[in-house]
Amino acid sequence: MRHIISILIENESGALSRVAGLFSARGYNIESLSVAPTEDASLSRMTLVTSGSDEIIEQITKQLNKLIEVVKLIDISESAHIERELMMLKARVTGAAREEIKRLADIFRGNIIDVTPSTYVIELTGEKSKLDAFIQAVDERAIIEVVRSGTTGILRGDKGLRL
Amino acid sequence: MELNGAEIVVQCLKDEGVEYLFGYPGGAVLHIYDALFKQDAVKHILVRHEQGATHAADGYARSTGQPGVALVTSGPGATNAVTGIATAYMDSIPLVVLSGQVPTPVIGSDAFQEADIVGITRPCVKHNFLVKDVHKLAETIKKAFYIATTGRPGPVLVDIPKDVTSPAIKIPYEYPKTVTLRSYNPAVKGHRWQIRKAVDLLLEARRPMIYAGGGVILGNASAVLTDFTRLLGFPITNTLMGLGGYPGTDQQFVGMLGMHGTYEANMAMHECDVLLAIGARFDDRVTGKISEFCPRAKIIHIDVDPASISKTVRVDIPIVGQVGPVLEDMIEMIRSSTKVPDPKALSDWWTQIARWRGIDCLRYDGNSSIIKPQYVIEQLYEATAGAAFVTSDVGQHQMWTAQFYKFDQPRRWINSGGLGTMGFGLPAAIGVKLAHPESEVVCVTGEASIVMCIQELSTALQYMTPIKIVNLNNRYMGMVRQWQEFNYESRYSHSYLATLPDFVKLAESFGHVGMRIEKPSEVRAALEAAFELSDRTVFLDFITDSTENVYPMIEAGKGHHDMRLSPCSSVERELA
Ligand SMILES: Cc1cc2nc3c(=O)[nH]c(=O)nc-3n(C[C@H](O)[C@H](O)[C@H](O)COP(=O)(O)OP(=O)(O)OC[C@H]3O[C@@H](n4cnc5c(N)ncnc54)[C@H](O)[C@@H]3O)c2cc1C
Ligand SMILES: Cc1ncc(C[n+]2csc(CCOP(=O)(O)OP(=O)(O)O)c2C)c(N)n1
Ligand SMILES: [Mg+2]
Repeated sequence: MRHIISILIENESGALSRVAGLFSARGYNIESLSVAPTEDASLSRMTLVTSGSDEIIEQITKQLNKLIEVVKLIDISESAHIERELMMLKARVTGAAREEIKRLADIFRGNIIDVTPSTYVIELTGEKSKLDAFIQAVDERAIIEVVRSGTTGILRGDKGLRL
Repeated sequence: MELNGAEIVVQCLKDEGVEYLFGYPGGAVLHIYDALFKQDAVKHILVRHEQGATHAADGYARSTGQPGVALVTSGPGATNAVTGIATAYMDSIPLVVLSGQVPTPVIGSDAFQEADIVGITRPCVKHNFLVKDVHKLAETIKKAFYIATTGRPGPVLVDIPKDVTSPAIKIPYEYPKTVTLRSYNPAVKGHRWQIRKAVDLLLEARRPMIYAGGGVILGNASAVLTDFTRLLGFPITNTLMGLGGYPGTDQQFVGMLGMHGTYEANMAMHECDVLLAIGARFDDRVTGKISEFCPRAKIIHIDVDPASISKTVRVDIPIVGQVGPVLEDMIEMIRSSTKVPDPKALSDWWTQIARWRGIDCLRYDGNSSIIKPQYVIEQLYEATAGAAFVTSDVGQHQMWTAQFYKFDQPRRWINSGGLGTMGFGLPAAIGVKLAHPESEVVCVTGEASIVMCIQELSTALQYMTPIKIVNLNNRYMGMVRQWQEFNYESRYSHSYLATLPDFVKLAESFGHVGMRIEKPSEVRAALEAAFELSDRTVFLDFITDSTENVYPMIEAGKGHHDMRLSPCSSVERELA
């Protein structure tokens, strides 16, 4: 099962490598990992997408909690939540294909954020599955590169991950 | 008080009450060594290899419950310490290791003797720090001691760049009395509701079993465990790390469990209906095949570390907390309960256990004309009245010591269980002897293990730590040879030590006394002669039977009831 774990972690050098090292040392999967500072400068927020049996997920959360720098964590996939990922896709597009891909981007509610005579960069946010679907829909030969941020997520309602 | 970084390091150790610092100098720590030179409150013990520093600090910690402290230089000094740090980590031993680092401006430039020791040790420490600012030094050292000694203990490394200890910068010093970490709050008391459920289950048990581990010793809970076990009248087994946590000579004690555990302990595990695990971590040497582990039992587990619970074996009632307070709560609930364990069921259970004991699974050939290793340990036990501190290395000799030396007290049995580090025994014994100068300290070792840290014989001489080294010399890496005999059709690939030193002369060249013992009839007299030499380190080289194996043995991937027994045990009696 796929799980999204949100972590508040001390904003200290080395904290990220402890998390990454834990996953490699214990053989856990990481599908994606994204980190950024929070409004509290002493904390970073990390979103980690992983998969495994219930037993493995239980160990993952316990082992993460054991890291001294981890202040708090929740498995947001256990409650109602929203997840989003940002993608930028650069495509080689000339002639009629330009209109075509613009229409496709509209359907997916994407934005074209860079234009040259032969290329577009399309920005898209959404759940992982939506981004996957967009890539499927674009002509493979046209894609120059794709960059994705990895998933981040937040709980619905009035609950939140905070100190 | 204004101090420079080096003086701060030393002053922090004083304020922390550190008695001994095990170390080895080098460029990156020379400022600290200069500060050490100018004081005598913290006694520095110069080891002969940094592995020895960490093991000696570890031995000190295991035998006292106080954190062990080591100081090593950057690069090779720090990497040499890694084996000792990993050894402490696997057995949850509180250590604070201070390592020198190259100056902050050159970190990352492949400077002379630079090693990323924070990165290297990350997977084998409870936590580690790199201190880049002298103003953070005292607070960081305080945190290191706090983290190392609380919750589930473990080693903490503090990496200190040379410029941080520079004599040129003096700052006001104050050692923090306490530290708090918002992200670290280890549990103490267990959840009352869980404890209540556990007690109900225990009082309904018909074939109960207590499986107690190193957590009892780490948590200084032997006395309360003993009260608890006697109150219930249940059988109890200890892991290798738990030995001494419950008196080894007590009637309710059924011996160690696991791969080389007793027949009665392993059979009781297999047949029990309620298992109470206390400060034990369901190691694979203990559980054997997971799917056959305690097949009929409901399992209760008390542990301070939530990650130890349901890690390999799913448990029914988890209790997160310190062994001592949780057992005290349990005792109180049992005393105030109207229920008692069914006396008939319990007495039937003891009858069954007595039958298993009748197998006499540890029996060996007592009439051999070659010295049997088990005999040496039995004689050692008697010669020391069971009261010595005994360290060991790793191999068959370690298992025989665990089986034949009946530890009645905690912190007397000092060995590397989780990592299984050959070379641990001698330096650990030095650390133990420094902490307990009035007690007998024995290192039981093998001819392969002892040479891994043999250089520490010099340390033993320099600091006058008279220990007795009992070398069970079977000319083989016996434990390896045993596996090769059982699993590789006796193809003894590279397990025979074709060239061995003359250990008597070797001991003498280090300034100690050496003895070689070749006949069973000489064993006791030699031991007594060695203990007579109370101010000398004595190396006793016992030439033992090279074909002897450790029994019982649960081979990898087998269940508890599937033991290979000694040809000497009375199996027939049970089968009949
Ligand atoms: C050659 C060899 C053979 C071996 N054979 C055997 C064998 O036959 N049988 C055997 O038992 N072992 C054997 N071992 C040792 C084995 O590898 C493990 O080291 C050992 O079984 C672990 O012991 P433990 O479960 O008591 O855990 P420990 O490693 O001692 O861990 C302690 C546990 O208690 C918890 N804890 C710590 N402090 C507290 C506290 N205050 N309150 C509550 N909980 C606490 C910790 O979180 C941890 O879960 C062998 C080792 C070697 C090298
Ligand atoms: C540092 C290290 N290397 C290798 C091993 C693997 N090993 C475990 S026991 C053993 C043999 C130990 O031989 P010895 O010290 O003579 O003890 P014996 O088994 O003969 O009593 C070996 C090589 C280990 N545990 N530690
Ligand atoms: Mg040997």
